[in-house]
Amino acid sequence: MSNTLLPKLYKTMKRIRTFEERVSELFIKGESAGTMLHLSIGEELGPACVGTAMQENDTFTTHHRGHGIFVARGGDPNRMLAEIAGKKDGYCKGKGGSMHIADMTLGHLGANAIVGGGIPTVVGAAMSYKYLKQERVSVAFFGDGAMQQGILYESMNMASLWKLPVVFCCINNQYGMGTKIENAVGVKDFSKRAESFGLNTLHINDLDVESAYHKSKEIIDSARKFKPGFIEIECYRFYGHARMDKSPYRDESEESEKRKLDPISFASNQMIKNNILDEADIKKIDNDIMIEMDKAMEFAINSPINDETEIFKDVYSENDPLPVSLDEKINKILNN
Amino acid sequence: MSDLNKNYFEKITYRDALRLAMHDAMQEDKNIIIMGEDVANYGGAYGATKDLLKLFGKERVIDTPISEPAIVGAAVGAAMSGLRPVAELMYVDFFGMSMDQIANQLAKIRYMFGGQISAPMVLRTQGGTGRSGGAQHSQSLESWIMHTPGLFLSMPAKPNDAYHLLRHALKIDNPTIFIEHKLLYNTTGTLDKNDIGAPFGKANILRKGKDVSIISYSRMINYAEKAAEILEKENISAEVIDLRTLYPLDRETIITSVNKTKRALVLSESYYTSSVPSEITSIIFENCYKVLKKPVIRYTAEDTPVPVAPNLEKNYIPTIEKIVEYTKKVCN
Repeated sequence: MSNTLLPKLYKTMKRIRTFEERVSELFIKGESAGTMLHLSIGEELGPACVGTAMQENDTFTTHHRGHGIFVARGGDPNRMLAEIAGKKDGYCKGKGGSMHIADMTLGHLGANAIVGGGIPTVVGAAMSYKYLKQERVSVAFFGDGAMQQGILYESMNMASLWKLPVVFCCINNQYGMGTKIENAVGVKDFSKRAESFGLNTLHINDLDVESAYHKSKEIIDSARKFKPGFIEIECYRFYGHARMDKSPYRDESEESEKRKLDPISFASNQMIKNNILDEADIKKIDNDIMIEMDKAMEFAINSPINDETEIFKDVYSENDPLPVSLDEKINKILNN
Repeated sequence: MSDLNKNYFEKITYRDALRLAMHDAMQEDKNIIIMGEDVANYGGAYGATKDLLKLFGKERVIDTPISEPAIVGAAVGAAMSGLRPVAELMYVDFFGMSMDQIANQLAKIRYMFGGQISAPMVLRTQGGTGRSGGAQHSQSLESWIMHTPGLFLSMPAKPNDAYHLLRHALKIDNPTIFIEHKLLYNTTGTLDKNDIGAPFGKANILRKGKDVSIISYSRMINYAEKAAEILEKENISAEVIDLRTLYPLDRETIITSVNKTKRALVLSESYYTSSVPSEITSIIFENCYKVLKKPVIRYTAEDTPVPVAPNLEKNYIPTIEKIVEYTKKVCN
């Protein structure tokens, strides 16, 4: 039996990493909107395994470090990078930016810049699916920082109480900005917290993306049968918190040691070792991805900027008048 | 409610007008659900959802855990996914718990996602003094909402407006914060369902006058009306304007009225500083400064936490006697 799953997962992880590298390049070229760009390099396993295990109609919310999850769920790199560049062709017309990319047609219910802020959204989405009798699961992705937010536990309790098709997925990259997890958490066994709410739990702490996929799928399938779940994926944030952060709070030796725990090289080695793909095949995949992401960057750079009237759009429904600009308000007073 | 199918009520309580609005809306739209603390079995802390569980079942009238942030947050998620929730926060003071979900999520979903989606829901709550509820159960926090672009804000004073504004809120595509007043639930008025009702952004001139404009909303409207009656006997003709909705705000009615009367008193149970009355006072000054005969008076609650003792609580907010006194001075 030929293994097509591992190459698929490898490709997803590689696309995420290459995408994030282009985000970084966009910044270097001075083309990004701001510097609040949170890269998920090193964390690709979680988005790839959970994102792939979800079904087409499933929905999700993400945190501020959510580019990778959306790439795994079918996000178009062109429109994503255009959003990060603050351009008209971006998913949110350049008004959301890196931390608020979303595409409702792909089930992305929003990236959130408030730690834990998007978690209850999936509870409400799941209430809808249950009430409307739609077979869908909603997954909240968040970091280890959100494990310390009360809203997570309110949401877990509701999911458990109302038997909702929800999965809480924690991508534990060991750092809340500059604070190491050991300095933020009393008890690190997150699964125990989730277990106490009666959730199915899964803790992934290795680099085998294929096995992580199968295990995640079980949790998601079970959520579809109204048994909510919790997944923790341990990984390491290879670079700083945001693009400008050079991580002065941690040793270079720690970084170089931990960067060896690379899910992408691990998957590549496994494919070669098990004769699934050879080096040339992998090179070809990598090269195609590079071309795809280069084109996306070009698209973002060439995308037009918005007219300034865009400021006033999308605050209220299209049936309502646009908010009056300050210029108009002030001139009206002065001309009175 | 025995009169579910009646279209006109000579006398209905504010509470029943709200219940009837939810009932009628839920009959029309099966995607409307109600969720909140004690809204189902108990019927709501102030009885506004009484009997709705019996009529619509537990899938649509849902008791929640005491988790205010997640009540709002889950309602947001449901509103983004095909339902139209009416979430209830038992006290407006619990904004303190839920403000992230209200201001950072609900208010910004349409904008930050570039207009792809909205969260068409109503967040019902109640505030105000009058029951010795103390500093955490008696506040008037509407300025927090008015200070947050993206939200509609309704604070009706009369049963007819309560009914129609809630019905409108459950049809429009904007998230609406609906703040009731704990001492209004037992007040009565007429209700005409066939009336087109109060649209958002249209103030109601409850009483025409020529000497001074008293601009207010929510429970203080009833104080303003009583004060206006007393003032009339002293030959002062006060125009009483019920704003009904604070976003959208009917600036034109305020400006037109003050341009006519040349005097204004803004009345509210909220704080004095950085409040809804501060905003209305600015609007009047900016637009009517040429005609104003006297400074605009903001008559509000004191800038202190709400005290419990009944004598203190009563004097902490505006009194009818003082409304009369200040208005007379403004007209002097």
